[in-house]
Amino acid sequence: MAAASEPYDTIECDVLVVGAGGAGMRAAIAAAEAGCSVTVVTKSLLGKAHTVMAEGGIAAAIGNVDPEDSWEVHFADTMLGGQLLNNWRMVELYAHEVIDRVLELERWGGIFDRTEDGRIMQRAFGAHSWKRLAHVGDRTGLELIRTCQDKMVHTQAVNVCMEYTLTSLLKSGDRVCGAFGYNRNTGGLVAFKAGAVVLASGGWGRMYRFTSNSWECAGDGAAMAYEAGADLLDMEFVQFHPTGMIWPPGARGILVTEAVRGEGGLLFNAEGSRFMLDYDPVKKELSSRDVVARSIYKEVQAGRGTPHGGAYLDVRHLGADYVKRKLPSMYEQFHALASIDITNQPMEVGPTIHYTMGGVRVEPETAATTVPGLYAAGEVAGGLHGANRLGGNSLGDILVFGRRAGDAAATFAKTAGATRVIDDAQIGAEQAALLQPLGGDANGSAPAENPYKLHEDLQLAMQDDAGIGRSEESLQRALAAILTLRERSARIRVAGGRVLNPGWHACRELTNMLTISEAIVRSAIERRESRGSQWRFDHLEQDAEFGKINFVTRRGDDGMRVASVPVPPLPDRLRPLLERSRFYDPAKLPKGYLTETVPAVGTRRKRK
Amino acid sequence: MAVVDQPKPSIDAPAENVLTASGLTGETLTLRVLKGVPGEEAAEVAYQVPVVAGMVILDAVHYVQHNLDTDLACRWNCKAAKCGSCSAEVNGRPVLMCKTRVDDLPAGPVTVHPLKSFPLIKDLVTDVSRNYEVNREIPPFTAAPDDGTPWRIPQQDIDRLYEFRKCIECFLCQDVCHILRSHDYSDRFYGPRFFVRVASLEMHPKDVLDRRDQTRDQGGLGYCNITKCCTEVCPEHIHITDNAIIPLKERVADVHWDPVRFVGRKLFGRNTD
Repeated sequence: MAAASEPYDTIECDVLVVGAGGAGMRAAIAAAEAGCSVTVVTKSLLGKAHTVMAEGGIAAAIGNVDPEDSWEVHFADTMLGGQLLNNWRMVELYAHEVIDRVLELERWGGIFDRTEDGRIMQRAFGAHSWKRLAHVGDRTGLELIRTCQDKMVHTQAVNVCMEYTLTSLLKSGDRVCGAFGYNRNTGGLVAFKAGAVVLASGGWGRMYRFTSNSWECAGDGAAMAYEAGADLLDMEFVQFHPTGMIWPPGARGILVTEAVRGEGGLLFNAEGSRFMLDYDPVKKELSSRDVVARSIYKEVQAGRGTPHGGAYLDVRHLGADYVKRKLPSMYEQFHALASIDITNQPMEVGPTIHYTMGGVRVEPETAATTVPGLYAAGEVAGGLHGANRLGGNSLGDILVFGRRAGDAAATFAKTAGATRVIDDAQIGAEQAALLQPLGGDANGSAPAENPYKLHEDLQLAMQDDAGIGRSEESLQRALAAILTLRERSARIRVAGGRVLNPGWHACRELTNMLTISEAIVRSAIERRESRGSQWRFDHLEQDAEFGKINFVTRRGDDGMRVASVPVPPLPDRLRPLLERSRFYDPAKLPKGYLTETVPAVGTRRKRK
Repeated sequence: MAVVDQPKPSIDAPAENVLTASGLTGETLTLRVLKGVPGEEAAEVAYQVPVVAGMVILDAVHYVQHNLDTDLACRWNCKAAKCGSCSAEVNGRPVLMCKTRVDDLPAGPVTVHPLKSFPLIKDLVTDVSRNYEVNREIPPFTAAPDDGTPWRIPQQDIDRLYEFRKCIECFLCQDVCHILRSHDYSDRFYGPRFFVRVASLEMHPKDVLDRRDQTRDQGGLGYCNITKCCTEVCPEHIHITDNAIIPLKERVADVHWDPVRFVGRKLFGRNTD
């Protein structure tokens, strides 16, 4: 392997945090408070991360509105919503700690809507037993990010690198010891040396055509972790949010918050029928997201869709004043982008790619990945949400596990020895790959490829064949398309230099998205059942055998490998909690380890 | 792989009207984008873009990037008017490109220029780092150490703060403010965004700091002569002048121009509140 051919800067710190959304900033605050020097690297400007898009609120069983609520019920709702594929220990830690994290935000200056007696207000949300989401209007994510941002920039020992793109993790032996990338505003190459790395780089929706995800969500972090040898978990589970805008075309996919239904919005088909009463008579519009998204899809398939192929979401009965007060950004969004006044016209909505339940496999307590020195928190990590995430559980996730990851990374950085040696050959190889698309003509007779065109082709393949509904045939088609695009991606070439060149930036994003797409499709092929967000037309039922396993994707010597690992079964002490959910029905328990055998008491798993 | 040629199962195919509705209007938009880097003469480059129903300027810029010029630099993230990244001057007016519809603009060519009040980096991207430095200078929210959560706060207090907390830091107000744009006083004037920030802290019922002197002395609050340009361009419709700047000016005046306090200050030092 050649040595580095290009000069590069070196930035050293104890803990390197990749990403500056809620998880990254919470991790940085924790690591700094633990006495570490911290560098936060963000692809965008500070405060622009995808966290700002979260609208509905933070699910935390504070019980201010419904005193019946408790962490136990939150635990049960989350496990049942995830179809029992969740890592129960993560859910337990989460349901416990998220209450403190919300109060901590308030202590840091974050504001929440209030009850009449001045306590934090909580709203209803899909598949939550009680009113549970702490919120401020429909901009809770913005409030969270601004609060963490102000806390972080006023925390000593945190250094922020804005508009840097990282392209690979650096390793010393089997340990992660930093990352390599470049400063987009100068084009300068940079190596970050660190005692530990926290990945908080968010999810991936941009390989789909219609998504509520922002520019950042290309799966860079998960792809880098995969290349570094980390396990990815549950990659087949990609959440379709039931309500995205569908018209005009440019706005297609933009999120319409679940808070619209939480506040009382109703769904109708083109015939004026409130179809959720048929699909889920108990939870109705506030069923879990997988169920509502599939219901809208089925209505459209049955010819009962709206003119642009969706359903009507109606808030007119709530009154104009209430709508403008509780859903102000939805009012503004439809007014500006679709010329629709939602206080006297219904919204047209349809499913949009929204969230990725799968991600880097982590230890529940520490957020440690399977690679020493590498931690992962937030959407980039997998395990908390199982087969389907409940709304409001992502803003809580990033706070709870962001903090845990920051703490654990700080401990590792302080105790694991100071051998932050950077291998010049690794950097040489990375530089060569990174700079290749800028290198003039592609070799050979084949024409050069445009990264944006390959991206568009990938989006069509994933949207059509690995989307809301899948089959063996469609998934094989998607896989073939991905592998063909992978070959073509070797010939991408772009004009221009290194300074703020979006075409060059799109090249690495494309290869990252190809890696992640392949993981999604290969995992979806293996899971021959319908469960949570995975809807297989050729396997419409849940299968108890698949309820006992998670699929893990890892890099093998000859390409991507998918293996099954057992789902850690709920310990006996937590099993009775499931009955605390208002939606517990013993006849409809997700099929898996609970519905078949009763494992022996005191199984092999270690107890905490 | 052999399966490539197999026909799609019918249930897989989305209803016809879902994916085929491209929404092309048949019209063409001439987009004149100011391209350049510091030290070179910036020049408008004209691109022809097919118009789609409901198209916003950011859609048009993306069309250019994907099809005509992969090296055209612009910032964007959410494309839903929630992150404040894609600020630019469209037909001379500071706006979010993701929220500016082509059919709301007059017929004819549309110009897209970078924010003028900030140093250019490349094409539509400017250096807004000064804003982040100002934010660091403003002391953060600070509650009394013995004032433990959970707190009781009336909704009216939240409603007042909520307007300020809606700010998405697009910096259009900083761009349009003549104290920054024409006079270039960025070294002695925080700018509208940060008066909104100070107001949100000063009016928080649990905050115990006093930032009035700093806002006057380092922040240059007095330079603002309430022309309300900032309020006009705010995409979040924050009443920056009326609800943030003027109340701050009144609070500063309370400290500095109240005759009783003036005498008190002369006799006992500054902190007479």
